[in-house]
Amino acid sequence: MLKDLFYRRRQYATLGTAAEPKPVQKPPEVVERDVPKGLVQKCEACGNLLMAKELQKHVYTCPECNFHFRVDARTRVELTLDAGTFIELDAGITSTNPLGFPEYESKLAKAQSATGMAEGALTGKGEIDGMPVLMAVMDPGFMMGSMGAAVGEKLTRAMERACVERKPLILFTASGGARMQEAILSLMQMAKTSVALRRMHDSGVLFVSVITHPTTGGVSASFASLGDIIIAEPGAMFGFAGRRVVEQTMRQKLPDDFQTAEFNLKHGMVDKVVHRKQMRDALAAIVRIHTARGWADAD
Amino acid sequence: MPTELDFEKPIAELQGKIAELKSFMEKNGLDLHGELRKLEERLEELTESTYANLTAWQRVQLARQIGRPTTLDYIKGICDEFLELHGDRHFADDPTIVGGIGLVAGHPITVIGHQKGRDTKENIRRNFGMANPEGYRKALRLMRQAEKFGRPVVFFIDTPGAYAGMSAEERGQSVAIAENLLEMAGLRTPTISIVTGEGGSGGALGLGITDRIFMLDYAWYSVIAPESAAAILWKDSKLGPKAAEVMRLTAADLLDLGIVDGVIAEPRGGAQKDPKAMVQSVRDKVMATLRELSQIPIDELLAARYHKYRDMGEYIERQ
Repeated sequence: MLKDLFYRRRQYATLGTAAEPKPVQKPPEVVERDVPKGLVQKCEACGNLLMAKELQKHVYTCPECNFHFRVDARTRVELTLDAGTFIELDAGITSTNPLGFPEYESKLAKAQSATGMAEGALTGKGEIDGMPVLMAVMDPGFMMGSMGAAVGEKLTRAMERACVERKPLILFTASGGARMQEAILSLMQMAKTSVALRRMHDSGVLFVSVITHPTTGGVSASFASLGDIIIAEPGAMFGFAGRRVVEQTMRQKLPDDFQTAEFNLKHGMVDKVVHRKQMRDALAAIVRIHTARGWADAD
Repeated sequence: MPTELDFEKPIAELQGKIAELKSFMEKNGLDLHGELRKLEERLEELTESTYANLTAWQRVQLARQIGRPTTLDYIKGICDEFLELHGDRHFADDPTIVGGIGLVAGHPITVIGHQKGRDTKENIRRNFGMANPEGYRKALRLMRQAEKFGRPVVFFIDTPGAYAGMSAEERGQSVAIAENLLEMAGLRTPTISIVTGEGGSGGALGLGITDRIFMLDYAWYSVIAPESAAAILWKDSKLGPKAAEVMRLTAADLLDLGIVDGVIAEPRGGAQKDPKAMVQSVRDKVMATLRELSQIPIDELLAARYHKYRDMGEYIERQ
């Protein structure tokens, strides 16, 4: 089931490279916030018990095994952009039920009250190390991060704005794929974001996709895979069909690391696997290289 | 021969009765033409009412019928001459996506499409229309080649979905489809896609960002096959028929939703009942559309392509 992608995370091997993360140069100023599910959280991978404060200090990763906890879209923005620089855009866009799909409205309402978000993607602009960027984050907690027309519209506007303002777009993906309840209209959001990305591509504007757990289906088979640079968080599942579906097709057990970020790195599908503690620095470096003066302007 | 579906059985039974009556008349030298005419009228009524009132699920079943023309059948019927081209130049030649170059009424085109088998043996070779990354990469190569030589591209879509196997994941099924989307969005040559049977998910869209999209009357096109949607939504793939009804996946639905530009009528009962006539209608549509598109300056065509996809989907915006 699609749902299993989100709640039953497999235990994965400890990452050699990330075992001793180098100190983050400028630690992001994390705003004090309540960690859901109380004061103590148990690591899904190694069972380590973590105090909320400690978890926050480790940017929601397990200090024992480097397991990356799920974070919501707003936390992601706080972890990535310079404190106080984020301005949300297109916040008023929400889904409707164009096909009259049964129970869609109630599912939407539930997702809205659970996440405090109007839709499954948060978009806006801000700065990273003082450099202006557009940022979009898909929230895995909002109907499994699925993409319907509202998410498609918000991402498309962010891409269009990136073209107009000639600013890099950093997009954190987390999605089970296209939203079932909007059927063909959600499939066409893959097409819609692709025509917008094509314009970015033709205008020479940087697009970085950051794969977070899990990124599958229609999102994987469109913009998530089209970043000029693709970064993935350790252990994030990234693939076209879900593990269960592939297992059914193959009628055999798949390797434990199947579709993980590390598996994708090995098969050439992502540029880099970056620990959350270094994510901000990695993104800043990418933006810096892409906004530096060219050789024609050299002194 | 295609076998009849459950809902077509009463028609087949009646046809059987008529055949029986005819041979009985011949054998015994009896004149029962009055009886015969009554039965034939009943057959006509039954056939008409069956196909005029198809449920979405019945259409899904018809779209999957063996015996419907496949991409290679359309190519054969549409092109005066055709050269099939092979391979993605990276890994392999995927038999599930066929493509090549040809002439239609003396004008060059590139054709690319999913290829299903015409029998079980061929279906196994064609992987039941579920393409691998190398299939999408072959399509990409042929698109770029068409752009270089200014040939329009006609895509035939007929797939339950892209292949969901381990090897497909290892070779980048996602990025293969994604790169086609990006390419089709900006391809500087006129493009048409026709959903001839099943339009399943990203595997279909991977050949489907085009200036014009048409669907055959009994084809379906959606985000996922109805059985899989049912498995995800209600944890029961047997509820496919129920999912088909709520997914709005028929040709009429897609025309209504503004996704497709036109519906191509099928012979009553489906393309498999009269493949020749079906291929001819598709040929007519392709020729008329290519004539129309080739009159539009390419930048205008690309701007229209952008806006067409840019505007898909409904949402609410509160200030």
